[in-house]
Amino acid sequence: MITIENLHKRYHDTEVLNSINITIDDGDIYGLIGRSGAGKSTLLRCINGLETFQGGSIVIDGVDIATLHDKSLRELRKNIGMIFQGFSLIDRKTVYENIAIPLECWHIPKPEQKERIEKLLKIVGLESKRDQKARDLSGGQKQRVAIARAMVMNPKILLCDEATSALDPKTTDEILELLLELNKEYGITIIMVTHQMSVIHRMCTKMSILENGHCMVSGDVKEVFLEQPQALQNLVGILECNLPETGINIEVLITDEAVGQQFHSDLSLSLKKPYKLINSSLTHYREGVLSAFVINVSQEDYQDFLDYFDANHLNYKRIERE
Amino acid sequence: MVDYSWNVIIFQIIFPSMGVTLLMVLCATVLACLLGFCLAIALFWVGKHGLSPNEKCYATLNIVVSFIRSFPFIILAISILPITRFITGSVIGWESALFPLTVAATPFMGRIFENCFKEVSLDLIDAARSFGATNLQIVFKILIPATLPSIVNGGVLSVIQILSLTTIAGTLGAGGIGASALIYGYQSFNDKIMYTLVIVLFVLVLAIQLLGDYVYKRIK
Ligand SMILES: Nc1ncnc2c1ncn2[C@@H]1O[C@H](COP(=O)(O)OP(=O)(O)OP(=O)(O)O)[C@@H](O)[C@H]1O
Ligand SMILES: [Mg+2]
Repeated sequence: MITIENLHKRYHDTEVLNSINITIDDGDIYGLIGRSGAGKSTLLRCINGLETFQGGSIVIDGVDIATLHDKSLRELRKNIGMIFQGFSLIDRKTVYENIAIPLECWHIPKPEQKERIEKLLKIVGLESKRDQKARDLSGGQKQRVAIARAMVMNPKILLCDEATSALDPKTTDEILELLLELNKEYGITIIMVTHQMSVIHRMCTKMSILENGHCMVSGDVKEVFLEQPQALQNLVGILECNLPETGINIEVLITDEAVGQQFHSDLSLSLKKPYKLINSSLTHYREGVLSAFVINVSQEDYQDFLDYFDANHLNYKRIERE
Repeated sequence: MVDYSWNVIIFQIIFPSMGVTLLMVLCATVLACLLGFCLAIALFWVGKHGLSPNEKCYATLNIVVSFIRSFPFIILAISILPITRFITGSVIGWESALFPLTVAATPFMGRIFENCFKEVSLDLIDAARSFGATNLQIVFKILIPATLPSIVNGGVLSVIQILSLTTIAGTLGAGGIGASALIYGYQSFNDKIMYTLVIVLFVLVLAIQLLGDYVYKRIK
């Protein structure tokens, strides 16, 4: 478990992280999302001590990392794998040699090295590339090697800093799939820093939104998307659609896939009142689907619609034109 | 002007002076490589994106390196003559020339190797830190393996640089090809010897470059 309390980090005079409070449970896939410069990478790098901080604390499995130095800090890092956006391999070494570097640093005996590396090569699907030079690999393959290298010390936590941002959508999907598999198979805790909302949808159980060094929202991914806090709207941009000037606009959010599919027919069959569909979207999450509809109804019918939503326990809110 | 026979030119002038030059180049290269390498690691270590950044240390090293590099070799060699005498006990002979050669070549090599290390992506170094490598392990298991081909390239550049310095050292009493070209060639108005020695130098440079390129390709 990782507990970040009241974390403050400054570079010279600029406050980069400002009273951050986040708790990450074992086995979670936790998403950190925010605009460029929000402080995501900095926060991530504080967790494994690549950056120091000025105030607050980070406690990992009961150990306050601010108390660690040299040897003990390196021991901590051994248990925390990290992957980066850029490709962080030695180009002129083979896949095998690259994955072996952490093992060499920790003086693991050769036979055990071989065993661990070959097992990981199988998991990341690069058995056939074992002796290929890293520079001859595709972007996705390089990232797989980086993942294998991050996993080779059997860490309990994996930090990913924009691990898929440099990849095309299909390769991104494959890498995310691999990370999900590692999470399921080994119960490894994963912290994903990203600016792609789709990565959060697909992977994460919990999330935080960072804005200018402040943690604006933290919680279950689904709940955050149901509540649509201001920080989330800032991030995804206010509804792209043009809201009509007349009538009242209501946004309905539905987490149950079946209910979402039936929503329109149910609504029109039971209420028999006219409404306009302004916008609809489906978002696939790690568990389930979130349907979001914006409808426009007349002033007179407004209360009837609300009664209907209340009776059916639907989550709604009135939205105003900008 | 005396017209030496080829026999004399080859066996009494070229071979002995080439022997001296090669010895000088070899010893100076080994010394300057070792010291230059340490210097480069020191520079990188305390450098801005280094392993343990320290602005003051870096600025000091940087100034010293630039200071020595700003000297033309002949001035440097002359101005450190007292130190050379103190260390080697003499100021003539190729052994004495090793000291100014090493002093001049070390900052040159240090800078070249430092630039090699700077090419390493910061993510790679962060990755090494993130799996718990010590700074020394980062140097030996990451920096050097990742930059070996560039290091070889830089090394070749330095060897050729040192070769050209030895010819200047030759005029200061170190002997070698440079001195022979000057004494038997230029000062004796003997074009045959001078241009023969120029060709010998050219062949040496070419050989070093080709060897370097070959090694570079092999390890790349
Ligand atoms: N070494 C540094 N010195 C000074 N300021 C820094 C340094 N590193 C980061 N910053 C500043 O800290 C802030 C947060 O940077 P950070 O890299 O954490 O952002 P980020 O959320 O990861 O952005 P991105 O999505 O672009 O990677 C930025 O304003 C940046 O300019
Ligand atoms: Mg970042």
